[in-house]
Amino acid sequence: MDKSVADLETAVAPIPDGASVMIGGFGSSGIPLALIDALLAQGASGLTVISNNAGAGETGIAKLLKAGRVAKVICSYPRTPGSIWFEKRYQTGEVELEVVPQGTLAERIRAAGAGLGGFLTPTGYGTLLAEGKETRVIGGRGYVMELPLHADFALLHAERADRWGNLGFHATARNFNPVMAMGARHAVAEVRQLCATPLDPEHVVTPGIFVQSVVECGVQA
Amino acid sequence: MTVINLHALSDAELAARVAQDIPDGSYVNLGIGKPTHVSAHMPEGREVIYHSENGILGVGPVPAAGEEDPELIDASKRYVTAAPGASYFEHSDSFAMMRGGHIDIAVLGAYQVAENGDLANWATLDESYPPAVGGAMDLVVGVPRIFVMMRHRNRDGTPKLLQRCSYPLTGLGVVSRVYTELAVLDVTPAGFRLVELTPGNRLEEVQAVTGARILT
Repeated sequence: MDKSVADLETAVAPIPDGASVMIGGFGSSGIPLALIDALLAQGASGLTVISNNAGAGETGIAKLLKAGRVAKVICSYPRTPGSIWFEKRYQTGEVELEVVPQGTLAERIRAAGAGLGGFLTPTGYGTLLAEGKETRVIGGRGYVMELPLHADFALLHAERADRWGNLGFHATARNFNPVMAMGARHAVAEVRQLCATPLDPEHVVTPGIFVQSVVECGVQA
Repeated sequence: MTVINLHALSDAELAARVAQDIPDGSYVNLGIGKPTHVSAHMPEGREVIYHSENGILGVGPVPAAGEEDPELIDASKRYVTAAPGASYFEHSDSFAMMRGGHIDIAVLGAYQVAENGDLANWATLDESYPPAVGGAMDLVVGVPRIFVMMRHRNRDGTPKLLQRCSYPLTGLGVVSRVYTELAVLDVTPAGFRLVELTPGNRLEEVQAVTGARILT
């Protein structure tokens, strides 16, 4: 088994127009910047992007928004300093927005990867974000029924991988990357280092079964 | 409107006041903005473990210039360090800590707090401005003690402490205590109850700029 691919272009080639794409990262860390650049060059459009943020400045998801490739954003926190391209596309109605509480976003993605039909969470009960959703009272406490969130693809950033697709991370660059590997049907990870020897099984964070391809992207800021 | 000369804590004094109420050995989540500064004012001798939603338990001080690691940040997207005993984890584990009742205290900012403990801190009524909820709704349902740290009034002088919130809610009946530059108030079943006034202020002066009754 060898999940490594030669270059970024090959890694993003299977992503079609209209695909749903989970993109790892929180703030500026753990974002698969090289894969996003490759996706931009590849040209897929009408994408649904699932990510915590909606890009900032002229990097990452902001590039996809600027180029008009994104039809919908599902995220918890679109409004960050410098999220100008999201705001432009949102204000003109070119991009649809679904705001999901951050823990619910992570858990909906996990539910998809874990084969669950949904879950009950107290998060958002009684608020605008629970409107139209099923609710239940258990032990005197209100819960909201949340459904799994699947995606066709996930673009991830990791520190290292081996050819079996096992991933290791660095510090807070881990964030959404492991759970998105589970939630997407086809997860692609860019890694700083593609190791010739297997990762120590004790230090594997994301087991290779959740990852379909890995590509070395070298050192990036 | 009568101009009243109210005594206000500085941001640093307010952060120090909040820090006083955090016991040794607590697991604490500090929200974006003013709450971030609480850790810098923790009294000597207390070991408090700071959680950041993006996957670190044991957030340490800001690194020295030139020592920043771009992949070691907190929820405010500031560069941080890992304190001794820290751990890293992925997002669904991070939110299990928050939602699952494992964190003792969260300190959050707010647009509005109501006397029944309702909190509004994620969306305004301005529809051209995209809403951003982040982790606030998960924190308030899972963390037993929610401290709100905010200015007593809006810039235009309208109160932020109200009988009922007018902005969309983050959580219902979740706030334990409110710290402003003018006073500290507990949320009780009967409403806001005065804990202390910033030295120099009188209750009736603070009451006059508060949108709900302050009990003593």
